[in-house]
Amino acid sequence: MFAFILSRILQAIPVLLVVGFIAYAMFVFVGDPVTIMLGQDYTEAQRAALVSHLGLDQPFFVQYAKFMWAALHGEFGVSYRLARPVGALIAERLPATLELAFAASLLALALGVPMGVYTGIYRNSVFSRALMVFSLVGVSLPTFLIGILLILCFSVWLGWLPSFGRGEVVRLGDWWTTGLLTGAGLKALVLPAITLGLFQMTLIMRLVRAEMLEVLRSDYIKFARARGLTSRTIHFGHALRNTLVPVITIAGLQLGGIVAFAIVTETVFQWPGMGLLFVQSVGVADIPVMSAYLLLVALLFVAINLAVDLLYYAVDPRLRIDRQARGP
Amino acid sequence: MMARLWDSDFLYSFRHTPVAVASAVLALICVLGAVLAPWLAPHDPFDLASLNLLDSFRPPVFMAEGEWLWPLGSDNQGRDVLSAIMYGARISLLVGFLAVFFALAVGVGIGLAAGYTGGKLDAVLMRVADIQLTFPAILIALLVDGVVGAALPTHLRQELQLHVVVFAIGIANWPQFARTVRGSTLVERGKDYVMAARVIGISPIKIMLSHILPNVLGPVLVIATLNLGFAILAEATLSFLGVGLPPTRPSLGTLIRIGNDFLMSGEWWMTIFPGIALVLMVLSINLLGDWLRDALNPRLRG
Repeated sequence: MFAFILSRILQAIPVLLVVGFIAYAMFVFVGDPVTIMLGQDYTEAQRAALVSHLGLDQPFFVQYAKFMWAALHGEFGVSYRLARPVGALIAERLPATLELAFAASLLALALGVPMGVYTGIYRNSVFSRALMVFSLVGVSLPTFLIGILLILCFSVWLGWLPSFGRGEVVRLGDWWTTGLLTGAGLKALVLPAITLGLFQMTLIMRLVRAEMLEVLRSDYIKFARARGLTSRTIHFGHALRNTLVPVITIAGLQLGGIVAFAIVTETVFQWPGMGLLFVQSVGVADIPVMSAYLLLVALLFVAINLAVDLLYYAVDPRLRIDRQARGP
Repeated sequence: MMARLWDSDFLYSFRHTPVAVASAVLALICVLGAVLAPWLAPHDPFDLASLNLLDSFRPPVFMAEGEWLWPLGSDNQGRDVLSAIMYGARISLLVGFLAVFFALAVGVGIGLAAGYTGGKLDAVLMRVADIQLTFPAILIALLVDGVVGAALPTHLRQELQLHVVVFAIGIANWPQFARTVRGSTLVERGKDYVMAARVIGISPIKIMLSHILPNVLGPVLVIATLNLGFAILAEATLSFLGVGLPPTRPSLGTLIRIGNDFLMSGEWWMTIFPGIALVLMVLSINLLGDWLRDALNPRLRG
């Protein structure tokens, strides 16, 4: 077990180093940040002061080493666009993105699994067919169009829910702000969470359905029926349980998808999270923010994949036996 | 000849799959409408002289104040939405095709090389592909687009934006091609005809390109079709985020983004119609790709 974890971590390090190099190389290859920050009018002395303030007058490897060292401490320099430390900017935006991602995942699991179970058991009912058509729509519509349609229906036409922002937020502790404790904050969360969660929800629903159909055909389900167990016990105690291994894996891996599409959702709803910060930074080539985001996302993905691998290892006993048979 | 083609398994399956026929017709309409836009579109949205600000924000024809001159309404500059959609679909399709072609060329090349030579090269290339596949393709496309776009000098950025977007989406997709081609190449490599070609001294590159490549192209075609839908969506997403194609050459995604600014004031047709066009195009291509996959691989049927 320990060797397995260690080898996975060792595999992750080169990935992070390469991403770190790309993140750093952006500073070198991308146009002169000094000119961007100074604007039109500046003196030579101001320019020199800024160059040394940003550390741009030092050799390549010194800068790279400094960059990685600082990144390890969560310092990513100063945003060109906002002239503020990137670490603080991201810390400020992180709660918004995490709350959105959490709400979307919760929605996807809480609705996707029961819908999948239902369509798996009653595969020919009218409601199941309606759900399948709905899921096809959910998979085919691009995220930003779902958001736009929701805004059109619930904000413009019905006027029930706000179309942008986080609503009213409450400060918890030093830097964490939450919209979950106020009515306006919760209302503002509804549309973005649906937009972000819909794709994952349909994916989970289809996955659970496919797995249920597979499991319900198997011999032990027939045997359970022959024993006269209630269909409730069969469906939830036997069938659903055995579908959960792949569902956990896919749901875990889909967390990455949530991070990616959070960028789109946050742009549609002007949600003040990291994704919106990143898109705004790409538009004006704000390299410190972009490279920090790149590193954070790489770290997040490596962590997610590691967690899913370990979970798989813990959930599926066959993997463990296989490994023991082959020796450590 | 034609009769034999008509009766072949492939077209038999096509004629007897209503979804395939319907999506093919739909895809054909979308592609023709886009390609023939300069001849079919009622207006030329790029002809600045014909634009009149007095014509702006006309609702579509089925609404109270709509006129047949602007069947799907007009936008904030008095442009006909239908014409803008047709021209926009043209650019979306162009970027989609170019990106898929780029991904295909890179992926097939790497897949052939990795599968045929094996050993360390194979291990390294496939490890890279595996790592990239753990990231969502749209995220890769966005990051590459941002990094490459930022690395270009400012005056070239606008000009080369289309190439940057094609590059970004293509890079995001090559691993799928590479993995499939590598798998089939591994199988083909052990067959007698490859052995024979090697024995008579044909160079490895020639063996890869003219002997193995034709035999691994079937699955590549399926992936390319399915990837076209993704590439079009990815371009639309990038353009919607404002980091894709510039407003001077609006694709469907750019149109949706521009229209989105006017959503709150009630001019919904500027966003919704390009959105519908995008969804119809992608949906028909994806359904066609699904059918192609099933038709070329009978094992998946059932």
